[in-house]
Amino acid sequence: MEFWQAIRLGISGIMGNKLRSFLTMLGVILGVSAVIILVALAEGSTQQVSERIQSMGSNLLSVSIRGRGNTGYLSYEEVLKWEAYEGVSKVAPSISTQVQAKFGNKTKDVNIEGTNHSYHEVRNTHVVMGRGLTPIDVEFREKVAVIGANVAKELFGEFTPLGEHIKLRGINYRVIGVLESKGSTIGGSSDDAVLIPLTSAERFVGTRGIRRVYVQAENPETVDQVVAKLTEFLTDKYKDPDNFSVFNQTEMLQTVNQVTSMLTVMLGGIAGIALLVGGIGIMNIMLVTVTERTREIGIRKAIGAKKRHILYQFLVEAVVISALGGVIGIFLGVGIAKLISVFTSIAIKFSLPVIFIAFFFAVLVGIVFGVYPANKAARLNPIEALRYE
Amino acid sequence: MLKMSNISKIYQTGAVEVIALNKINLTVEEGEFVAIVGPSGSGKSTLMNLIGCLDIPTQGEYWLDGQEVSKLSDDELADIRNLKIGFIFQGFNLLHKLSALENVELPLIYRGMNAKERQERALRALAKVGLEHRLHHKPSELSGGQQQRVAIARALAGDPPLILADEPTGNLDSVSGKEVLASLQELNQQGHTIILITHDTQVAERARRIIRIQDGSIVSDERMG
Ligand SMILES: Nc1ncnc2c1ncn2[C@@H]1O[C@H](COP(=O)(O)OP(=O)(O)OP(=O)(O)O)[C@@H](O)[C@H]1O
Ligand SMILES: [Mg+2]
Repeated sequence: MEFWQAIRLGISGIMGNKLRSFLTMLGVILGVSAVIILVALAEGSTQQVSERIQSMGSNLLSVSIRGRGNTGYLSYEEVLKWEAYEGVSKVAPSISTQVQAKFGNKTKDVNIEGTNHSYHEVRNTHVVMGRGLTPIDVEFREKVAVIGANVAKELFGEFTPLGEHIKLRGINYRVIGVLESKGSTIGGSSDDAVLIPLTSAERFVGTRGIRRVYVQAENPETVDQVVAKLTEFLTDKYKDPDNFSVFNQTEMLQTVNQVTSMLTVMLGGIAGIALLVGGIGIMNIMLVTVTERTREIGIRKAIGAKKRHILYQFLVEAVVISALGGVIGIFLGVGIAKLISVFTSIAIKFSLPVIFIAFFFAVLVGIVFGVYPANKAARLNPIEALRYE
Repeated sequence: MLKMSNISKIYQTGAVEVIALNKINLTVEEGEFVAIVGPSGSGKSTLMNLIGCLDIPTQGEYWLDGQEVSKLSDDELADIRNLKIGFIFQGFNLLHKLSALENVELPLIYRGMNAKERQERALRALAKVGLEHRLHHKPSELSGGQQQRVAIARALAGDPPLILADEPTGNLDSVSGKEVLASLQELNQQGHTIILITHDTQVAERARRIIRIQDGSIVSDERMG
């Protein structure tokens, strides 16, 4: 009862000076919406980057040979033996080069990847039409091709490419499958790729041998173990660690997540400071309000208001201002973040806990910065307050 | 009703001591109508504030309704002001953002009374001072006399035994002043104890007891009729 009365009094105090209350609120509104917008942008980008990294394949390692010294690149037989290593799930070698693909009078620059059947799973590139590469295709040097979504669209348009022949450097390849579209990913899109059997790709590359191998670990826990094993093998073969590299996708993901979560905390913190400044604004205005309303406080005390009645009244006023500012800030922040993502196609991700934290922080700021002025009001001497002009 | 013995109030302004009240002894019985008169600066308002528990004396004892007031805490004093005393000020002292009805309800709010009973009481009090047709007017929309009647309604809404009026007619024309005075007399007839400060000897003559103050001391105390 007393509580609701205090809220009613507080609200009537705010309504009594709408413009000033709104300006006071503005600090909180901007603070809360800044927290929401910045965190939504940071988390959205984080998610986008992680998704792109993950779309490259899960638990992925990639081995590149930079210089071969006098030992030569890797052979297919050598690479296949890695599948026997503990913790390794699949191995897909890759020989790649850029060529022009032709169908009828249409041409497209494509990225040829000579590989094996494991590629689909290791690189997370699935076939949506037809079939993928098989071990037999590799064994018999079949002239077959699995084409990326863009290649299919640009060369064949609406027609089904299955069974048609495309020309790669003058040689006919039969299209056996089309890959699912993945959009842009880190390290080139599979949408512009043409996959052909490793053995028939060797003719496109001058030198024989494999310079890149994708290795899939069984699970995230075995990744490190596999890295160690591969490094041991490669060091043994190439001696100088500068001659090869083992790229660890899981590690990259962790690094990205670390960096971006730090970014999120930093942006959130900066916006939090804006909120704090809003709180100081509340305190400033509340102090002015208390001084202006000294006479009112005197009258209230003369007719029987206790300290806590006055304290609650002004505290509620501060808290209502900050809470209302918080609510408006949430709507404004969500709205602006959505507009940003619509007009700039930057990914956003709203985090409910962050929205709640921002709101409760705003209310807390209201309480903390409202207590001092409210207490000052509550302690006024009734006679002096009544006499105040 | 109330008894003061050797009450002094001394204000310390910088190095200067102002003795506003000097060893006052005063007893007021229930149902009395007392007028306090005296020249400006003689200490009338100071005395009234002490009687009304708005302020505490520097020295002396003050018994109100059998309670020694100078030892009470701020909140206990607030309770006494709320339950036992109704104030009427020269400057009305209404809250200008509230309507007449809300102003009258205010002391009842601090009493923790529920909304329904509060409204009923406030309406009755306003009707008593003849303002039932101005319930939702703000003080700025009322004449001086009407504002003072709202203040009277506020003072009597809580039905306090003691009503204190510090120059209630000081800001009013003679007609409004007479109305206010008539209201106070009526309240006195209904059993409220009334203490009234005034400069106006005609006003004072309506009281049944006149106390004269000069330089912080009571110089005469006459009862009439
Ligand atoms: N807060 C204060 N600080 C210092 N001196 C004060 C204070 N309040 C009152 N006084 C002094 O106490 C004395 C009595 O003041 P008081 O207000 O009681 O006079 P009064 O009889 O009500 O006068 P008036 O008829 O003009 O209202 C005056 O000399 C005044 O200057
Ligand atoms: Mg006075």
